[in-house]
Amino acid sequence: MEQKTKVNAEPGKQVIDITREFDLPVELLFKAYTEPELVEQWMGTKVLKMDSKRHGSYQFETTADGHVVFQANGVIHELIPNQKIIRTFEMGNAPFGVQLEIYEFEKLSDDTSRLNMHTIYESAELRDQVLKMPFAQGLGMAHDRLQNVVGKLSSH
Amino acid sequence: MNLRRDVFQAIADPTRRAILLLVASQSLTAGAIAANFDTARPTVSKHLQILTECELLKQEQNGREIYYHLNPNKMKEIADFLEPFHKMWDERFNKLEAVMKKYKSTK
Repeated sequence: MEQKTKVNAEPGKQVIDITREFDLPVELLFKAYTEPELVEQWMGTKVLKMDSKRHGSYQFETTADGHVVFQANGVIHELIPNQKIIRTFEMGNAPFGVQLEIYEFEKLSDDTSRLNMHTIYESAELRDQVLKMPFAQGLGMAHDRLQNVVGKLSSH
Repeated sequence: MNLRRDVFQAIADPTRRAILLLVASQSLTAGAIAANFDTARPTVSKHLQILTECELLKQEQNGREIYYHLNPNKMKEIADFLEPFHKMWDERFNKLEAVMKKYKSTK
């Protein structure tokens, strides 16, 4: 299946641009970012706090087996319904610093919309770390699977 | 040596990116490449050395001259490197779309 999401990360810059068209009215796309119970469903994390307004803040947390495996928080700088959100995002216990996220919500037709997401990092180096993370995780997961297989083989 | 990191450092420099663009369409000698830049010849040589070391450029001897050309396999490796990040976001947005379609139909 063709990927509908476009990612642009120019070498040497501290920005990542992500664009995606949705088969959703812009109002629903915007809701997916501002209603805590909906954020929980698609992000797959618990929303401890989400005050969707200018100068409001939010807090995410995911636990597995009683351990916190993901934490993030930030402050909303600007929120224009169905048009724009500017917020900070910081992952807990991660060396990526604070990022500034600018979301532009665009109506394409009554039933379709586009999201433009610009993320600005503290430095080009930190941005590259973020870009590499899923690659590193993929390697780690492949490694874990291999360990499992090897573990099963050796226990026979 | 961490080659992977070196490739990213190599393409982070604007002059080196310009060099890659130059040789993308044709093989060129060091002299011909340097003629495109105001920087001193030894600086350009240093850039060529770095790009060659991380295999973004390949050298080819043609008579007395050494020509530089792009190594497309290495360039592809950089693109592949970003693929997991791209895939992660595509899957996340697919989920968002599915969740919101379901939400819409229950209203």
